[in-house]
Formats: sequence, C-alpha cells, structure tokens
Amino acid sequence: MANRTKVVELEHVVIRFAGDSGDGMQLTGNLFSDSTALAGNDFATFPDYPGEIRPPQGTVSGVSGFQVHFGHKPVHTTGDLCDVLVAMNPASIKANMRWLKPGTTIIFDVDSMNDKALEKAGYTSDPTQDDTLSQYKVVKAPITSMTLEALKDFGWDRKAMLKSKNMFALGIVMYLFNRDITMLNAYFNNKFKNKPEVIKANQTVVAAGYSYADTMEIFANTYRIEPANLAKGKYRDITGNVATAWGLMAAAERSGRQIFCGSYPITPATDILAELVKYKNLKVKAFQAEDEIAGICSSLGASFAGCLAVTTTSGPGLSLKSEALGLAVMTELPLVVVDVQRGGPSTGLPTKSEQSDLMQALYGRNGDAPLIVLAARSSADCFYSAYEAAKLAMEHMTPVILLTEGALGNGSEILRIPRVADLPAIVPPIAKANDPEYQPYKRDEAKLSRQWALPGTEGLRHRISGLEKANGSGNLSLDPKNHQLMVELREEKVQRVANYIPEQEIVGDPNADLLVVSWGGTYGVVLSVIEKMLEEGKSVAHAHFRHIMPLPKNTAKVLSGHKKILVCENNNGQFVNYLREKMPDFKYEQFNKIQGLPFLTAELENKFNDLLK
Amino acid sequence: MENTNLNNQVVNLTKEDFVCDQIVKWCPGCGDHAILKVLQDVFPQIGKKKEDICVVSGIGCSSRFPHYMNTYGFHSIHGRACAIATGVKLANPNLSVWIVTGDGDCTAIGGNHFIHAVRRNMDMNLLLFNNRIYGMTKGQFSPCTFRGTVTKTSPQGTYEDPFNVGELVIGAGGKFFARGVDINTKELTDICMRAQKHDGMSVIEVLQNCMIFSNGVHENITGKDVRDDMQVKCEHGKPLIFGKERNKGLRLNGNKLEVVTIGENGITEKDILVHDEKEENTGIHMMLAHMMPPAFPVAIGVIRNVEAPTYDDCLTDVIERESAKSNIKTVDDLLNSGTTWDIK
Ligand SMILES: Cc1ncc(C[n+]2csc(CCOP(=O)(O)OP(=O)(O)O)c2C)c(N)n1
Ligand code: SF4
Ligand SMILES: [Mg+2]
Repeated sequence: MANRTKVVELEHVVIRFAGDSGDGMQLTGNLFSDSTALAGNDFATFPDYPGEIRPPQGTVSGVSGFQVHFGHKPVHTTGDLCDVLVAMNPASIKANMRWLKPGTTIIFDVDSMNDKALEKAGYTSDPTQDDTLSQYKVVKAPITSMTLEALKDFGWDRKAMLKSKNMFALGIVMYLFNRDITMLNAYFNNKFKNKPEVIKANQTVVAAGYSYADTMEIFANTYRIEPANLAKGKYRDITGNVATAWGLMAAAERSGRQIFCGSYPITPATDILAELVKYKNLKVKAFQAEDEIAGICSSLGASFAGCLAVTTTSGPGLSLKSEALGLAVMTELPLVVVDVQRGGPSTGLPTKSEQSDLMQALYGRNGDAPLIVLAARSSADCFYSAYEAAKLAMEHMTPVILLTEGALGNGSEILRIPRVADLPAIVPPIAKANDPEYQPYKRDEAKLSRQWALPGTEGLRHRISGLEKANGSGNLSLDPKNHQLMVELREEKVQRVANYIPEQEIVGDPNADLLVVSWGGTYGVVLSVIEKMLEEGKSVAHAHFRHIMPLPKNTAKVLSGHKKILVCENNNGQFVNYLREKMPDFKYEQFNKIQGLPFLTAELENKFNDLLK
Repeated sequence: MENTNLNNQVVNLTKEDFVCDQIVKWCPGCGDHAILKVLQDVFPQIGKKKEDICVVSGIGCSSRFPHYMNTYGFHSIHGRACAIATGVKLANPNLSVWIVTGDGDCTAIGGNHFIHAVRRNMDMNLLLFNNRIYGMTKGQFSPCTFRGTVTKTSPQGTYEDPFNVGELVIGAGGKFFARGVDINTKELTDICMRAQKHDGMSVIEVLQNCMIFSNGVHENITGKDVRDDMQVKCEHGKPLIFGKERNKGLRLNGNKLEVVTIGENGITEKDILVHDEKEENTGIHMMLAHMMPPAFPVAIGVIRNVEAPTYDDCLTDVIERESAKSNIKTVDDLLNSGTTWDIK
C-alpha cells in the first residue's frame, strides 16, 4: 500500500499505547515492537501495568500502557516523553499527561468519549474540546465504530468484534510509520494457528485502520526511521528479568554446575523465578520456598552441595535474607542474590523503580561481611551482569549481590544473541577427591578463595558453620589473632576481585570539565544526554559503574582531572556517599530523583548545563 | 559391619569412621552425648558411603552436633536447618540428609521452615532434641516448655501452652513421626534405622535431658521407677500394652483413648488397641502423640509411618520427563527459540 502523504525522516521515536486494562494494549505494543524489529531499528520497550489486579474499568488507575522507543541511532532507554500517544479512552489521556510534550500526536478513539467515560476519567469537561490538549496534535479517530464496520460480515457479536479495536489502532500507527502491515501476518498465523477466522479478522481490522489513516489523510505527514546500524547477527527482544534468568542458566551450563534457585515471590522480581521454573527441561532446579529466608537458605544449602545457587528478590526480601547472607560470607560459598529494586523503605512503592538498596547490599549484615556488588545497566545487560555475577561468585567463592531494578526487569531491549561457548569460561575451584592436601579453608594464593568440596566426594568430608574458623584447617577457632586475620582475609578476597574485572570506562574526554557518574539503570538516560552534549561540543564525560564492590582499580584515575563530578541516582545519595567514603580525594555533586520515575533527558540536560556554567 | 548401599556395593564401615577429632563440648551428663553415640552407630548401618551422608543443623547446644560427626556437615544459623537441608537434598538427592535441631531452633525461630519441610515431604531425617528449654542461651523457656515453668525469662512461670511436637508434625501433614528417649540408645537406634528406611520427611522427637537448665524435665516419663508405667512402646501390628506388669493397655472408647487394666472389669488383651502406624487417617496417631502423664503414658517408638510421594522424587521426575520431551536441550537453543530476527 503506497503512502500519499509526505514522509519525514526521524532519528528516534517514542510511542505509547494506552487503553483500559481489557483493551489489549500490551499485545498491540508487542506487535508494534515486533514490526520494529523487522524494520531493522534498535528499540526498547516498557509495559506500564495498573497497580491493581482488576482495577475499575475506565478509570485512570485502570489504564494499561506499553511504550516503545525505537530509532535509527542506538536506543539506550525505554524513552520518556512520547512523540505519539494512542489513547483508547479518556482515562488513557488523563493517565499519560505527564508523558506528553508540545507537539505529541494523540491518536484518540473518539467513540469512547461520553459523559460516563469522562466522569470515570475524572474530567469535568471534554479535554478534546476545551484547551487541555491545545499543545498537542489530537487525531480523533472513530476506532470503535470503524472496527465494528470492518467486521460486520463476520457474524460475530459486538463484544467479540470490539476485542479487535486495538488492531485498528495498530493499523493507523503502522501507516504513520510507513510499515508494511503484512509484517504482522507471521505473528497472527503463529498465535491463532487453528483459528483461520480470527487471523482473517485481525488482518482485516489492521488493514481497515491502515486505509482509514491513508484515505482520510488524518496525518499531515508520515514518518520513516531508517534501519539502525546494528552489528550483524541474530537478535531477539528480551526483558530484564528473563535476561537475568537466562544469564544465570548460561553460567550454569558454562561452568558445568546445575542451577538451583530458592526464591519467594515479590514484585518486581517474581518473573525471574517464574521464568526459571519453566526450564525443567534444562535441569533447572527452581524452588518456591515458604519465605525469603528459606529461599536464600535452601540456595546456600544447594551451593554447599555443588549447585550454582541463586536467590531472587526485591528490597524487603533482601532485608529478610541478611542473616543468611552473613552465613554465606562466613562459609565462603558461592551464591548469587538478585535484588530487583523497587521503591522503599518497607513496602514502599512496589510497582515503581528505585536504586535505593545499594547501602543495604553493601553493608546490610552484622559483622564485617564484605561481598561483591554488581549492578546491571539495562534490560539486555541483565543477561551479562547475571552471567558475570555467577562467574565471580563461583570463581572467588563468595556471595554476590546483583542489583537490577523494576524498570529494567519489566522493560525489554533487543539482545544480540550470543553463543554460550563464546562467553568467558567459568572455572570453579572444585576440590579433587581424596586430595591429601585438602583443607576446608586453605586458600588460593592469588584470589584467596577456598576450594569447593562437594558432599558425595570421597576423602573430603568436612564441616562448615557460621562460627569463626581457623584459617586453613577450618576448625572452630576463638583465637583473637585468627579472627582478625579472617576478617581481613574476607575483605581482601573481595578487594582482589578488582584484579579480575575490567577497568572502569569513560565516555567522552577523560579530562572533561564535568564528569557525570551513574550506576545501574540510570545508564541509558545519562548516556543519551551525554552523547547529545558531546555532539554539541560540550566538555562532558560519563563514567557508568557496573562494579560497585569492589570498584575497578582505575576508579581514582577516572575521577581525576574534572572541574566537577556529578553523581546521578534514583535514591537519596547512596552511591555518592559510598564514593565520598571510598574515594575521599574528590568533591562530588549529587542529583537525586526519588519519585519512582526515571530521570527525564531534559532535566538531566538542564542540570549538566547548569554545572558547566 | 557389612552393608550394601543402593548401588549394591558393599560398604564396610564402623562407628570409628564417623567419630571426629573435635573435642565434644557438651556438659558432662548432657543427653546429647548419648544421641551422638546412637547416630555414630546408625550411620555405618544405613548402606550409604560415608561421603554420601550430610548432617545439617541450626544453632543451639544440640545443633553443635555436625562438628562431632565425621561426615559432610553444615552447622548453620538459628532455625534454618530445614531450609538449608532442603537445598542440600534437592541439589544432590543421592545424599542421605540428617537434620539435628533443638526445640527452640525447630519450633520457635524455625517453626515455619519445619512445618513446610514436613508438609512437602522432603526425604530427610530430622532429630529434634527436646529438652523443653533454650540450653545454649542458658535457660529461657521454649515453645515446648510446659505451662507454669519458671525459667530465666518466666520468673512467675510461663502462661502459655507448649507445642506437642508430634501433633505439630502430624498436623502439618507429616508422614513419619517417632519419639525416643536419649538414654534408651538401643531403642533410639532402631527408630533412626526406621526413619532412614522411610522415604520422605522422618521426624524423631528425642526426649533429651539438659542437666543444667531443665534437669529432670522428662523424669516423670524416663525415671527408673516410672518408665514402665509411663511409656507405651508403639510397635506396628502389636497391642499397645505397657506397665511393669504388662497388664495395662490403651483401649479405644468411642472416639477417645483410655487406659485399661487387663484382667479387670472383664478386659482381655483382645480389647487393647493394636498399633497401626500405616493408617492414613491421622486421628489415632494424633491421640497417641498427644498422650502425656499423669493420665496417660507417653507414646514411644514409631507412631506414624505412611507412604507418600516425596518432593525430591517429584522434582527429579518432572526434570526427567521434561528434558526427554523438549527440543530445547541447551541455553543456546533457548536463546534462539521464539521470535528472532537477523541483521545482515
Ligand atoms: C538469630 C538468632 N537469634 C537468637 C540466637 C540465640 N540463640 C542461640 S541458641 C538459642 C536457643 C536454642 O535452643 P534449642 O534450639 O532448644 O537448643 P538447645 O540449646 O536447647 O539444644 C537461641 C535463642 C541466635 N543464635 N541467633
Ligand atoms: S546446657 Fe544443657 S543442653 Fe546444653 S550442653 Fe549443657 S546439658 Fe546439654
Ligand atoms: Mg532446647
């Protein structure tokens, strides 16, 4: 189908599909991102579900959204303010006002507009008539009636026909971005395998939306986003939580260990457990425990018995795991704890993202109990971060906390599919049967790690415990000097991990006036702004930290030579205080957003420019 | 002792194979010493290689146990032994997993893990050393301390009723529950062997004397003069007869148990309840577990022993079934499954 309107080229676009929970917006968004993949763009997506399970229909709290950020240039975030909003009812407009910017195109189903719908959305007058939306381009499309019209020969009842109205909206959007709607056929054929009529209906409605947009000339112009310059290879779309699960599974396979995950459901981490339980076929042992304590304890038991042991949780669950984490430190067993952070403290903002468990991860245990802390920077990066967490845990015989975030876990990104054999080798220090030299706390000279002696192995019987042990023999010891030695050795063991991780990278001039520091999920948005400002010739640089404990060896060097250092994070200043403690020779400014929302590119840009003045 | 293990290999082990070089630090006269000897006697007989046995404990005097057994051992944190042992067993189902715990460790801080391990029917053996006190922390009351007992933290006596471990286990869906006495080592050895043979979670409550903080708490059951009258041995298929003269028995009267005397009021051995440890219905097992002096003798031996699928076997089965039928054999297969696209 040819396009008659003018075509404008764009570098990147943010589109948000919003409707009532039952309107199928997640599916619409997913289909659109599938076609984005076929169009060769880079993209990232984010679902914005209502907090309640069955929220009242038609209300703001019942709005379900799905955002797609796609581009010709690398896409680092799931996007903030949107270029296009598809709104299936008045509440969808109301709920998303925060994400609009002057000029946003709103594709609105006018048929959804009536007094009752306005009232439910909390509007006192029609926003499309008054000046509420004067800054935006509102396209009023009769989506409901046109869908009914398109399906009138199918002999379906009204309710069944209305299920397809999301496809009409999708057709309009496909037109707007010059996408070939036949791209969707593969999906329809696959999803509705034995229902030819449903396939036909979906195709019919998408086509109807497309030609409606075309013939009615509802847009002044359409857009084209050239394919991104992506590395050759096979790609897939993956959420952070799935990527975490798969990264851990890859590490298990590569190390020759079975994976065991003891876990207890908690938003937004549950999906990792729900993903792992699927793969019994790959011998994944996932165990839904009675609480978080049993989750970590069963995992630690499994670690003792030779598994790559994992436990997954979010902030409140991490609090419950503290005591057992201390035991993991003391027994020097490998363990990966994934904390998909959410707003805290306490139950806090369960469905919102935050980066506020950093201090808990670093220090939330009794005694001097150091462990490795890593943070994933994006949804796809969860795969590699989880893999690295498992590698470090097993090779250095220590617990590792991997911090991810709700937004990363639920959001998705494209992943260039790696081959497991190409990932770094993982060689756990497994003790050999009947080794006459074996001692439970004998240490590797370089890493200071002890050996992993698996129950069932002849000649290595030994006991471990949370009590202090004599270095070497592992016998219980109350010797004062030995305790000091062991505390120092446990610390040194973690510090020496710095010899096995990459150096800290810096984007931009290493002597830039302003160094922006970030960690975790703020990566993408900070990088986007930095890239833009670098193009404008501004003296800025970006250091994003994946390795938090220990810090990379060249950290001081990276922090040197700048007029200002700004640390951006979604908490009240945890990483910046950590840097103040670990790297006291520098002066740090901080920018903290603690609203359960990510930084907006605009607010970062303003802040960076202010500091450059 | 010569035994065949599961792979039909002959395993020649003796008690000495399980004695550890660590100094045993329990108080002289503590009941724990006797139980240690029992397990050192049991382990050579269970048909497992010594490296295939793992002892897991929590915290408490009783939980020191693994340090004194030359096996793989994990002395963990307070209350969490069941959870840790669950992971050990699921990771390596070939291991014979033994949990040693105290009344505080198991029914206070670890109560949740305990009931769930029982409910899941993990194939593990658990010995709960019940001295009805917190020994290690020097004598505070536990959830198993009798009402009214004066302890460090109940100077006016406690005003709460204790758990009955047997009822707790059976109430949680337990399939195997037995009770033994620390000093009756022969009997306790038999019970441990029975527990080992049972597939699933086997709980053994050991009435253990703490010399220091609850000395004599079981005296009305275990004392020389009273023990024959205050203990009834539960043996499958045999009438529940007890007493110095072996003339007392338990009879089911309506829906209650009562103590009767054979030869009085026309009562003969035929009237005495025959113990059926295999009965699925929990009713009589609950009543047996519940019995307490002075009105009743305490039931000793295997009270309940019914068959049921174990959690660990079920997991192994699902894994085998799913891996046999799936086309996805590796993580590479998984990464390349579903919707993918090529960039050329
Ligand atoms: C988290 C935690 N809370 C409290 C304690 C203190 N504590 C150690 S052992 C114990 C009670 C042990 O009683 P029990 O399990 O009956 O064992 P026993 O010493 O009587 O054999 C307590 C309260 C602890 N070690 N850890
Ligand atoms: S305090 Fe009691 S339970 Fe603990 S070792 Fe001494 S006698 Fe045994
Ligand atoms: Mg006790």
